[in-house]
Amino acid sequence: MQFDYMVPCSTNRLKEVRNFVNQVLHEYEFSEVDINRMVLAVDEVCSNLIIHSNNCNPEEMIELRINVDPEGIVFEIKDQGMAFKPDSYHEPSLREVIRKKKKGGIGLMLVKRIMDEIEFQSESSHNVCRLYKKI
Amino acid sequence: MVEIHTAEQDNFHLIQVEGDVDASSSIHLDETISEVESQAKNILVDCSKLEYISSAGLGVFMSRLQDYENEGRQMILFGLSEKVLNVFQILGLDQLLIIVDNFEEAKDRVDAI
Repeated sequence: MQFDYMVPCSTNRLKEVRNFVNQVLHEYEFSEVDINRMVLAVDEVCSNLIIHSNNCNPEEMIELRINVDPEGIVFEIKDQGMAFKPDSYHEPSLREVIRKKKKGGIGLMLVKRIMDEIEFQSESSHNVCRLYKKI
Repeated sequence: MVEIHTAEQDNFHLIQVEGDVDASSSIHLDETISEVESQAKNILVDCSKLEYISSAGLGVFMSRLQDYENEGRQMILFGLSEKVLNVFQILGLDQLLIIVDNFEEAKDRVDAI
């Protein structure tokens, strides 16, 4: 089954994205905790894209596609902002984040712990982030 | 999105968080804690009506850990639902922050100081 949703790049719209993911996943037999974890992972990726790749420009859009099949779920998040370069990303330790009193920087850490695989792909016109979760 | 109420008690300040704390609303929680910090040493955070928290919300608590430890302040979170607690557990933050089941336990912790 495939589910699509499109949302402008504004953090005020994240709740809508979460509602959409929640709704889709509630169609299947997942626990509330598991649903919330997947909702969180999608929310974190969308927040990063909205804030860092698209400067909260509501004229830019994010496209979310969820594919559910017997083996697992694929969340595909597409945008046209600045590409995220996973090679230049250094994952901080939790201790480092605490010592530096940083308020951000743990979103992607959460996504990595929740999902089985993350893939970033950039083409000339758009970027795609794919999150894979085995069932 | 998020509603925050605060109440001053004898030896602590109580903050009640209701709704979702995400990238758009975490600023409100951050500002409230900053205001309360100037009035009270110890802070109790009632999370029983907290429905959702993302990394932005976790960051509000994490960014204070170092200072609170140095200053001997206590911030105690209580009343977390299973799914909200799980978000703290993913990175092991539940081991670094003080999280208890209910208000009575949180109050006992502060009273014991």
